[in-house]
Amino acid sequence: MAHGGGGELTRQLVRDRIVPKLANPLLVPLTDGAVVDFAGRRVCMTTDAYVVQPLVFPGGDIGRLAVCGTVNDLAVMGAVPNALSLALVIEEGLPMSTLDLVIDSIAAAAGEANVVIATGDTKVVERRGEDGLTITTAGIGRMRDDVRLAVNRIAPGDVVLITGTIAEHGLAVMSARESLAFETSLRSDVAALNGLIAAMLDSGADVKFLRDPTRGGLAGVLADLVDDTALSLEVIESAIPIKPIALHAAEMLGLDPLTVANEGKCVVVVAAGDADRVLQACRRHPLGASAAAIGRFVRADPPLVELITRAGGRRIVQRPYGEELPRIC
Amino acid sequence: MDRQKIRNIVEQLQQATRDRPPIRLMEVCGTHTVSLFRSGIKSLLPAAVRLISGPGCPVCVTSQGYIDAACELSTRPGVSICTYGDMVRVPGRSESLADHRGAGAQVKVVYSARDALQFAREHADRQVVFLAVGFETTTPSTAATILAADRAGVENFFVLPAHKLVVPAMTALLSSGEVPIDGFLCPGHVSVVLGCGAYRPIAEKYHKPCVVAGFEPMQMLEGIARLVRQVAEGQALVENVYPIAVSEDGNPKAREIMDRVFEPGAATWRAMGTIPESGSILRAPYRRFDAAERLDVTIGPDYEPAGCQCGQVIQGKADPADCPLFAKACTPTRPVGPCMVSSEGSCAAHYKYARHT
Amino acid sequence: MCLAVPGRIVEIKGLDEAAIGRVALVDFNGSRLQVSLALTSEADVGDWVLVHAGYAITVLDEAAALETWEYLNQIEDVGGLLPANGQAESEQ
Repeated sequence: MAHGGGGELTRQLVRDRIVPKLANPLLVPLTDGAVVDFAGRRVCMTTDAYVVQPLVFPGGDIGRLAVCGTVNDLAVMGAVPNALSLALVIEEGLPMSTLDLVIDSIAAAAGEANVVIATGDTKVVERRGEDGLTITTAGIGRMRDDVRLAVNRIAPGDVVLITGTIAEHGLAVMSARESLAFETSLRSDVAALNGLIAAMLDSGADVKFLRDPTRGGLAGVLADLVDDTALSLEVIESAIPIKPIALHAAEMLGLDPLTVANEGKCVVVVAAGDADRVLQACRRHPLGASAAAIGRFVRADPPLVELITRAGGRRIVQRPYGEELPRIC
Repeated sequence: MDRQKIRNIVEQLQQATRDRPPIRLMEVCGTHTVSLFRSGIKSLLPAAVRLISGPGCPVCVTSQGYIDAACELSTRPGVSICTYGDMVRVPGRSESLADHRGAGAQVKVVYSARDALQFAREHADRQVVFLAVGFETTTPSTAATILAADRAGVENFFVLPAHKLVVPAMTALLSSGEVPIDGFLCPGHVSVVLGCGAYRPIAEKYHKPCVVAGFEPMQMLEGIARLVRQVAEGQALVENVYPIAVSEDGNPKAREIMDRVFEPGAATWRAMGTIPESGSILRAPYRRFDAAERLDVTIGPDYEPAGCQCGQVIQGKADPADCPLFAKACTPTRPVGPCMVSSEGSCAAHYKYARHT
Repeated sequence: MCLAVPGRIVEIKGLDEAAIGRVALVDFNGSRLQVSLALTSEADVGDWVLVHAGYAITVLDEAAALETWEYLNQIEDVGGLLPANGQAESEQ
């Protein structure tokens, strides 16, 4: 199960067992989507399967997650999301009221993101477990011609931004799980980011990298950046936006908020000179009001993510290794 | 937080330790180990202040025989294991509880012993076994839960007890004489229950300073500064920089409940062997909750996975980096020993938070 | 070896089913957990308690509890460290 946590183990599973057998130039970069030339245009396609327990959680549900997740995967590739496909695998026994709620939520999220559900498929299967419903969405979008997102353009001095407060999705979902339930006013941040990302790209800044820090959290994306650039990152802990309620819930569960999933945030890398322009564009958008610069790239060997802590000390940050479990000790 | 205050203490520490041989302080508690790394305090300390991690990570001190017994239990039909999160990935002889769960065993992560009891009440058809690990902070909660199960007449709730006592472990380390220790940073939350009076015998008999501290950066730094001062002045006192939570006498009510259900008895510690009076054993009226007795579980002898130095690490005899497996054959994704699994194990903390190549 | 977090009792739910102790709803700055007061029978609504593994293990002084939280809550001005934040904030 730890292989599904979005951490180091997931990365190994994909790298060692799946990619070698399917390898081709489109797949190998293992980005959120692939860019294909289609009838003379550059089109981005992506797909994702969604499982979440429970299906409905504070601030969202699996339907909203499936739409926003795929829209975000397109948007962080520099595409303008256009249409999604929707495949539902429904287990016998799923309450019709839950299905209705999920479909309503899909419709609403698609409306917010300005995409259409262009095609779909539905299967009903025997009850297999506790999940009840699995959703797979694929999406296509037209690539913007005015952006050049590429990790190999990242240089020392470039600044890392995050578009808002972290750790809310993972904690909200956990609060609704039967075995560890707690009451909270925390809500999942699940949202379609294409509007916010368009605002940043339209600012004219030279954006070099975009990624939504979902499973594996902010720590996972920062660790990927260091692996992919061979540069080090200095991150300032107190600059990372987080709501006190999320910080305390993480503390209560013994979790590191840096490793907790987000579904409505984006990590952005820009040249230092452009950081302010992007931040301002972000902060004018409702989903980016608490955006902040959190760190910068430096040349240091070996490449590491180093966190300058609130206490003024230093420690490194790594991607989580697997499923993060609440602990008491 | 006042960064300036932190800087001042760090400067004082630098001055106090200049031209001195290294001062070796043991942080007994695994939560201190992790907090020292996570807060970055470790990176600020002068080189002459050497912090040694002690036997205070409940998962790490648990004997390998216990882990194997828990794994074996999880494979029995009708048995559900309830456990704190950290135990799940500790490798047993061949597999971990996580592996068994993957193969169909029912292993539930709980936040409290109460949740395990609740699960037992809701699943009368299952035999529910709670893995009762931890020190005196945690033992009273297990005890209160057993009292509740007893009074409510719950028949399908059991514990596999491996609770341990902190002071006997500290004493055992000191009497072995194998680890040079100049002073102890004492565990804040164990002391909430025990009270700081519990460390007086260590200060008096072994002439080692003991300072009880909480887990915020200032608390830990203050504790270290007091220890350094005592060492410099040749003192061996019990001091308490965490008075907001820790009193001289601790929490008598918690100890009373713990003592009603458990009595001190011999306990097997990873690599440290069996130490008399260092564990909590169920008293006769509550033995019917003992999974070992009732479900006929044999807890085999302790042993170390091949090449694993966890036993040396938890006694402060080796640094994680001294272990030939560290960061090579043993990593958080493929842990060999418990110190690399538990989030408060010192190997995991070193691996995650400190620079290493 | 033991994580414990301070929270404030907002409601007493009554005795647990086995009458070992009272159960309280404890607020951790917005998140609420049911906690047993079996080990801290003197605790009452409004009190701050230190909670470990679902049990309150001691009653805390209010000022002291808030002090513990202060460390978590403070978000520092890092304008000097990262130019982008400094500029953006000065323009607001």
